Amino acid sequence: MSMAAPTKSMKDNPIVHPGGAQKKAVVTPEAVAIGVSAGGLKALSAILPALPANYPLPIMIVIHLPPDRDSVVAELFDAKCALTVREAEDKEDILPGHAYFAPPDYHLLIEPDRRLSLSSEEPVLFSRPSVDVLFESAADVYGEGLIGVVLTGANPDGALGLKAILEAGGRGLVQRPDEAYASAMPEAALALSPSAEAMTLEQIADTLQKAVTT
Amino acid sequence: MPKTEDIEIRLLLEAIFRKYHYDFRGYAMASVKRRLLQARDHFQCQTVSGLQDLVLHDPTMMAAILPYLTVQVSELFRDPLYFKAVREKVVPHLRTYPSLKVWIAGCSTGEELYSFAILFREEGLFDRTMFYATDINHEALKKAEAGVYSLDRIKLFTENHRLSGGKGSLSDYYTAAYGAASFDKGLRKNVVFSDHSLATDAVFAETHMVSCRNVLIYFDRELQDRAITLFQGSLARKGFLGLGSKETLRFSASADAFSDFAHDERIYQKRDVT
Repeated sequence: MSMAAPTKSMKDNPIVHPGGAQKKAVVTPEAVAIGVSAGGLKALSAILPALPANYPLPIMIVIHLPPDRDSVVAELFDAKCALTVREAEDKEDILPGHAYFAPPDYHLLIEPDRRLSLSSEEPVLFSRPSVDVLFESAADVYGEGLIGVVLTGANPDGALGLKAILEAGGRGLVQRPDEAYASAMPEAALALSPSAEAMTLEQIADTLQKAVTT
Repeated sequence: MPKTEDIEIRLLLEAIFRKYHYDFRGYAMASVKRRLLQARDHFQCQTVSGLQDLVLHDPTMMAAILPYLTVQVSELFRDPLYFKAVREKVVPHLRTYPSLKVWIAGCSTGEELYSFAILFREEGLFDRTMFYATDINHEALKKAEAGVYSLDRIKLFTENHRLSGGKGSLSDYYTAAYGAASFDKGLRKNVVFSDHSLATDAVFAETHMVSCRNVLIYFDRELQDRAITLFQGSLARKGFLGLGSKETLRFSASADAFSDFAHDERIYQKRDVT
């Protein structure tokens, strides 16, 4: 056998914890996941148009919208962004410089082979799509390479998901509750993840750009 | 290095396949993982391996875990515009056949089947149609065969039916009692309910329409291809394939065998190749 047979417990092996704090500086971000609810269109308008067409990361977005009609939100942002903005399609390859919105009434998940997938499983916290579902699956796939962003919203969706992102070694950005249109969602995220970084929308846009240029 | 949990999930799916012949190995992993971790917590197992131990040694556990692996969320006339397109665009073609076969693939607890049966009755096609309603989940099939739904869902079903261009009142098709709506037995007169797996079974009949909605999203691309190849094999020339509103043939190896028939409603037509 060419592989070392690990007969002993691997519990003490430090390399099973790649998200360790001292290693964080060398992490290259691979993807951005954004969760937003009430007041979301305005908040996203401060972030997505600020990113260049050649932005090297894919951006996956869950916004809570009424489930019973087709969403025009992707078209709307595609028209005013340098990024390519689309509604996510099932089993689509994930591309850099693209922003993907979860379709109304479907959960959006990230597959281990880095494709998008949709699901009509039960709503979570009355939400489908659910920010938690996206964040948890993205954290699982991208680990420390993921930047999770929680913006304005009136329910606690996204808090557990952001916690999962941070636990996997990723980074968490949260809109400052005092400037959010609805503060419940960012407040819940910060309450559960005190190490997430609270900032203004402008700072979030700036941080997303700097994260790939330094 | 793969995560231990991912290894355990692969092993559990392999165990389920070998022991019970349910093949979830080609399912989209993100959603399967999410639901298996829910099952692990629900059955109070420390690990997915613990869950595997239960499933392998207690056959009743297989039945208990199946609802976690198969998503059963549907409604009558879900996505009313799909049924409106079937009614207005597909039915005129189907009328030209003296007898019809329709396959509801992955019928779960029967909502899609009753929608078709009611639509076909309203359009005068019901008596010349044989429906095949298939699923891998035996319990779900039993519910489909019973045709009893909680009364609190009827309001949504009724609204959907109306938006789909329904001709009569939905209440003509069920009787309400004790908080439940029981659908007319006559609607399953021409229906064959059957265990069938898109992952492991073959084509069983020639059909004129296949409706398989929100099933393929739970498959990986390879398994999606297998299923679509089955539909292609089952459909008669110029037969129709209806998918879920966010499903597409675009990434399928069989895409060329079909043409767009009603693009927005995701209805495809098998090409007339000789």
